[in-house]
Amino acid sequence: MRHVIDKRVPAAPPPVIQLRRITKAYGHGDAVVHALHGPEDPATGGPLGVSLDIEQGDFVAVMGSSGSGKSTLMNILGCLDVPTAGRYLLDGIDVGHLDEGQLALVRNRKIGFVFQSFNLIPRTTALAQVELPLAYAGVRAAERRRRALAALSLVGLAERAGHRPNQLSGGQQQRVAVARALVTAPAMLLADEPTGNLDSRSTEEVLDLVDALNATGRTVVLITHEDEVARHAKRVLRLVDGRIVDDVRQAPVDGPPPLLRDLGVTA
Amino acid sequence: MLRFAAGGLAANKVRSALTMLGVLIGVASVILLLAVGNGSSVAVKESITSLGTNSLTVSAGSAYGGARGAGSAKKLTVADAKALAADTDSTAIRSVAPVVTTSGTALYGDISYSPGSIVGTYPAYFETANQKVAHGEYFTDDDVLGSRKVAVLGATTAKQLFATEDPVGKRIVLGGTPFTVVGVLEAKGGTGFTDPDDVVIAPLPTVQNVFTGFGPVNQILVQANSADTTTAAQAEVTRVLLGTHAITDPTKADFRITNQASLLTARESTTKTFTVLLGAVAAISLLVGGIGITNIMLVTVTERTREIGIRKALGAPRAVILGQFLTESTLLSVLGAGLGVAVGIAGSHFSIVGIKPVVIPESVLGAFGIAVAIGLFFGSYPANRAASLRPIDALRHE
Repeated sequence: MRHVIDKRVPAAPPPVIQLRRITKAYGHGDAVVHALHGPEDPATGGPLGVSLDIEQGDFVAVMGSSGSGKSTLMNILGCLDVPTAGRYLLDGIDVGHLDEGQLALVRNRKIGFVFQSFNLIPRTTALAQVELPLAYAGVRAAERRRRALAALSLVGLAERAGHRPNQLSGGQQQRVAVARALVTAPAMLLADEPTGNLDSRSTEEVLDLVDALNATGRTVVLITHEDEVARHAKRVLRLVDGRIVDDVRQAPVDGPPPLLRDLGVTA
Repeated sequence: MLRFAAGGLAANKVRSALTMLGVLIGVASVILLLAVGNGSSVAVKESITSLGTNSLTVSAGSAYGGARGAGSAKKLTVADAKALAADTDSTAIRSVAPVVTTSGTALYGDISYSPGSIVGTYPAYFETANQKVAHGEYFTDDDVLGSRKVAVLGATTAKQLFATEDPVGKRIVLGGTPFTVVGVLEAKGGTGFTDPDDVVIAPLPTVQNVFTGFGPVNQILVQANSADTTTAAQAEVTRVLLGTHAITDPTKADFRITNQASLLTARESTTKTFTVLLGAVAAISLLVGGIGITNIMLVTVTERTREIGIRKALGAPRAVILGQFLTESTLLSVLGAGLGVAVGIAGSHFSIVGIKPVVIPESVLGAFGIAVAIGLFFGSYPANRAASLRPIDALRHE
């Protein structure tokens, strides 16, 4: 078992994500299940919690089989769920102290979500989907439209702006979701098995897109159980039973992602 | 936001239409039933006017039954009527008509018919009792003074005796005496057991001569100057008649005065109760429509839990989710209420159980307003439920 040792140079920008002894338990009494456990406390045998730093501009793949706690980790990172114990600082903000409205604001400004099942809103055009987070952020209609169109052309779907989810292929839907995730220029792109429902060609398209985004400096956290996908990341974490059992750096934080191909995409 | 709401409703057209139907029926029934109630009260008001709102009927006999047996009770006479008419102090009384009522058989050619009543009176009777001649003319004061044998027929009597023939100028035989028909009254239409159109009206002395003799009269019909002065007129009549009958104690009066308007006001208040009852029934159906909205919105929220989760993940504040579902439920109720108003107003053009509905404008605004408020109120529970979903639970929902 290897542990992460913080070796940051003091001059470096603060990590986007700082997890401090985070645990997440479900159930009560004897039936308690620790979805996030971390190493055992040598004194009591109880969970110490997961601690993790993610640097700005990093591309982290979180791997693990189902039940390993990777989805719980993702939900906590995305401020969709609150940890049972521990501290979580996102972009320097202690998320634990925020109320529901402020959490909504944090999700809106700091995090871009990409889900396995696309999670587009039914009966809504691609353009309106991408405009939605901007609308919640209170951006004016003209500006919203301009930025949404820019995001759509970044993912190569500008000409599909008027299409509804049921008129788009899976790959195209996921690219709309990526455009929606990045339109607010969030601190972090959080992708939960983004290629789980895609064929291999669409998988390549979406991953190339994520590579390109990371190359322009966007922090990416990607959850997957496929090694193929994890090869795109600069750093690979492996979770088993709510513990980080493996932490491998595949490329330096400030370099390009290892499998970046030149797509001619400019952010 | 309105576009999203409309889109949400359009996604389930049948369901939205049925929910709207609930509100529609509620609003339409409020408008329609109140209109029916109002219509019947308007009908009562009209019948008050047709009876002559400002008429008072004086009849013999004590208002308190006991005095009748004393034998001291005087009958009403033509002299009493003259005293009333001659009362110069009075500003409330417009006209006075003594009335005798009898029955008999009328003959025309070989047709024999017994009219409901034969009335002997003065010409003032026509105006006071609101009897209008439709064809021909009234008899005049000269006819009364000359005891001329002329008669005005009610619509029913005229039809029975003459069928399609024109009665005016024809001679009929009443009580063995020939009368010339000078006019036919307008049909009033019966509301009770007696047909007010089944009548023969002739000058008072003529009828007394032929039938009753020159004794007391049955009634004296008094017309007040206006509906507002009926009470004053009633006091006036009481004062004059107590004088002519030499009675000092008003409680021992040997005559009674009935006020048609007050009787009918009582009837009108009954129809008001009826209207309120109808309105209550309709309001209940509106409430049921509102519960329908809650039900359907709860289904919609459950169905769209995942979408709510996505929106929350994208940073939708609570208020936006709340607003979205409230807009949707309010849109349902506004559309339903709008259609309900249209149906209610259209339906009020048909006569229902013999009553012509009269739409109360306030009921339209009220029903619409209440329906919209119901949409907001009954929509707020499901909307609130949607808004307070935890994003993680909503996203996991299948």
